[in-house]
Amino acid sequence: MGLETKPLSTLHEKASYDPADFDVPNGREEEWRFTPLSRLKGLHDGAAVVSGGGVAVSVEAAPEVTVETVGRDDQRIGKAYVPADRISAQAYAAFEKATVVTVPREAVASAPTVLTFAGGGGVAYGHTVVKLEAMAEAVVVLDHRGSAVYADNVEFVVGDGATLKVVSLQDWADDAVHVSHHHAQLGKDATFRSFVVTLGGDLVRLSPSVSYTAPGGDADLTGLYFVDAGQHLEHRLLVDHSQPNCRSNVVYKGALQGEGAHAVWIGDVIIRVEAEGTDTYELNRNLLLTDGARADSVPNLEILTGEVAGAGHASASGRLDDEHIFYLQARGIPFEEARRLVIRGFFGQLIEKIEVEELRERVMAKVEAELAG
Amino acid sequence: MSTLEIRDLQVAVEDKEILRGVNLTVRAGETHAIMGPNGSGKSTLAYAIAGHPKYTITGGQVLLDGVDLLELGVDERARAGLFLAMQYPVEVPGVSVSNFLRSAVTAVRGEAPKLREFAKDLKAGMDALSIDPAFAQRNLNEGFSGGEKKRHEILQLELLKPKIAVLDETDSGLDVDALRVVSEGINRFRATGETGVLLITHYTRILRYVKPDFVHVFAGGRIVEEGGPELADKLEAEGYEAYTKASA
Repeated sequence: MGLETKPLSTLHEKASYDPADFDVPNGREEEWRFTPLSRLKGLHDGAAVVSGGGVAVSVEAAPEVTVETVGRDDQRIGKAYVPADRISAQAYAAFEKATVVTVPREAVASAPTVLTFAGGGGVAYGHTVVKLEAMAEAVVVLDHRGSAVYADNVEFVVGDGATLKVVSLQDWADDAVHVSHHHAQLGKDATFRSFVVTLGGDLVRLSPSVSYTAPGGDADLTGLYFVDAGQHLEHRLLVDHSQPNCRSNVVYKGALQGEGAHAVWIGDVIIRVEAEGTDTYELNRNLLLTDGARADSVPNLEILTGEVAGAGHASASGRLDDEHIFYLQARGIPFEEARRLVIRGFFGQLIEKIEVEELRERVMAKVEAELAG
Repeated sequence: MSTLEIRDLQVAVEDKEILRGVNLTVRAGETHAIMGPNGSGKSTLAYAIAGHPKYTITGGQVLLDGVDLLELGVDERARAGLFLAMQYPVEVPGVSVSNFLRSAVTAVRGEAPKLREFAKDLKAGMDALSIDPAFAQRNLNEGFSGGEKKRHEILQLELLKPKIAVLDETDSGLDVDALRVVSEGINRFRATGETGVLLITHYTRILRYVKPDFVHVFAGGRIVEEGGPELADKLEAEGYEAYTKASA
């Protein structure tokens, strides 16, 4: 398959299913410069071949939802998304089985559909398609745990008037490496809500992207991460507004603590000439709880039309506000508890947005454990 | 009965000397007004006593019932019975008023209040200060008007029941109605006769509602004149000009 070049954006300009169409990254490229390549365990240069226990996918589906395990030749695969970098193409070239989740036209899923990705050691590649036909509604959970070196692509195809809410939890063991692309393609008046929670893993690099095939699409991308000593957690967002009157809102918040804790957040939004009436906002905030932690935050808004409804971005990385802590302490609350209250407050409003109650509680408990630990 | 004794307190901010030897004793049952022009160091006194990290103590003592507060952390001072009503209460995103108040009451009393009792106290306190009950679920000070913030400070005062309250320009930015409501709260707090109040203000207006026993004029980082309530009347008529010239 040949190399396609997207015409406008300076970033994400390549797309191909074939890893050979991408140079092996050397770390100086814009899209790789934050990622410690030596910790990718060969995902980027072809050295990571499938081995070991891999990643086992188990499914708990709502009765209205169909889940199939299919081979590489299934016609539904690769329709919404063309890999945009070398590892994504590598994952596409190397996966053996794909999981396809289908929500039929006008079906409303009565329960969340949960896909659990359990790492059993070794190297694995994966592919998932979640397809909502017109007017369908569903909540889908991607729950990643265990240990693995894993690269995959997830395609969310949200049909006309459909509503998809996704929670993706990266709760890997300490030594896991996970590089993933999540692409959502929104039809006319489609609604997409993504909630990404990244807590575990030695290196996680997750790239959520959104494209629109018709007007009226509405995407909310929310993310939360907690980076501990030595962890590299990277989120690279791309929202490509190519249709008029669509909306997107990106809010990612992270806390970092410990030596070598490294968060990277890249937020690219493109508003193309034809995307009049676009309303978009993106925000990233990082809370540096200790010395030795580092957050790189790069919002990038490219506007090619004069007719936008709203476009903005904000990025801030800083320490706990001394004035907040002082105020709480001045009311008798001890420092450690004041700190917990403020951090909980920092994340609290985000966590409330998680659709599934038990997940909300699990994420809150995880954050509490991080704070205590 | 509690006593707050400020002895020869000297305070600097970033190596600049602000307080130059403040001496003041506040006993339970007394209300002291500290009045002075802007920049005289009134607020520095309040924040230094509370332990704000921006202020460096370069000399002196602040004793609450014989315990030197300057040796204690910010939260320990509050638990020892000191309360500072802030001039500009900060907004704390994501921390609800009710959660904050319950945490504070638990910390100061040393045990969690019974939920039902706490809810009742909170409701009564909010009613008395004409605070909309919906505020309990809002984030701390977030989007509160100036008057709402001050009422909320006095609500905390009444719930935490400190031994000594330092009120830093609680009257600033209040309209007459809000001033009356806030003053009534302060008066309820001091009605027991077991608490002392140090009321810092620029204007005499609040003193018509909260009658002081003593008035101290603050200028150039120290107390330059002391008297009874009549001193406030004199300041009302003549302003601070005489003091600012003298200290310059």
